[in-house]
Amino acid sequence: MINYIWSLFIVIGIIYSIFKGDYNLTNNLLAGGNKAVDIIINLIPLMCLWLGIMKIAEDSGLLKIISQKLSKFIKYIFPEIPEGNEAIGYISSNIVMNMLGLGNAATPFGLKAMMELKKLNQNRDIASRSMITFLVINTSSVTIIPTTVISLRVLNGSNNASEIMTATIITSFLSTFIALLLDRLFYYIWRKHHV
Amino acid sequence: MSNYLIPAIVAIILIYAISKKIDIFDSFLHGVKEGIKTSINLFPTIFAMILAITLLTQSNIINELSSYLKPIFDKLNFPIETLPLAILRPISGSSSLAILNDILGKYGPDSLIGRIASVMQGSTDTTLYIIGLYFSSIGIKRIRYSLLVGLLADLISIILSVLIVSSLF
Repeated sequence: MINYIWSLFIVIGIIYSIFKGDYNLTNNLLAGGNKAVDIIINLIPLMCLWLGIMKIAEDSGLLKIISQKLSKFIKYIFPEIPEGNEAIGYISSNIVMNMLGLGNAATPFGLKAMMELKKLNQNRDIASRSMITFLVINTSSVTIIPTTVISLRVLNGSNNASEIMTATIITSFLSTFIALLLDRLFYYIWRKHHV
Repeated sequence: MSNYLIPAIVAIILIYAISKKIDIFDSFLHGVKEGIKTSINLFPTIFAMILAITLLTQSNIINELSSYLKPIFDKLNFPIETLPLAILRPISGSSSLAILNDILGKYGPDSLIGRIASVMQGSTDTTLYIIGLYFSSIGIKRIRYSLLVGLLADLISIILSVLIVSSLF
């Protein structure tokens, strides 16, 4: 699947650019490469900072306390994760950071959570149910403070930049709830056809 | 407020760790090592995905597609001005931010279109980037129904942001 998405993006991008007579195609290709390097260069300090801080939280037992507090809720959403698994701590940290609009800080936890979920899935190359649920929570996004949007609104001269907060909270929670229902539904449909 | 949020979180974690008398500096170094390792493992994936996404968005196909769809969206009362954002949001976080900035500049952040676009950006996330990054970083090849559910989740968020902003303001 990833094979198709990836190749499709590139092929459509190239064919459409040629069709439009865009002569900058080679530059665009290189620009993509540059952007990728920029992103990873920006990601390294974030990963180091947050995984370092997280390791302190883990070793001091704080992570365990937080995940115990959240575990009832997480157990309900992720029925396949055994109690006390490390993944719970990373998933809760990812969700908390996303809620606060700190997407950059959320990514390292999300990546660690996925690694733990892979261990639970016997390292197979097929997505597990928990992985997909985690993905759905991330893409439908549970937001309390949309940090980036508010700063963009300020930049564009809004009189009341944070007035969209209530609407964002309602929309993001409601859509995540519906998306989680859909996720369950798809899981049952899939299981029926693929066992 | 969010300026103090991250430092506050860091301070709380450190104060707690001090009270527990653990080897804080050593723990931090372990985490940093893990951070470097994870970043380097991620590099090929990020490189591949960003390359594909950049090529697609630079070809402008998404903006032009949305202009063809305008008549249908007018009938549905969906503000067509936000359509490029709605289409790009699941694909690329940085390009959708650029489009949001464009919309806010053109129609004003306090207009209905500006508000809808703000909520749309704030209440969804980049499905394809997350699938590409998270799944390929751990070597998932068969993604099952995840893309479908992820895109449906985006669609729901997009429709809800139009409905909720229209009824709240």
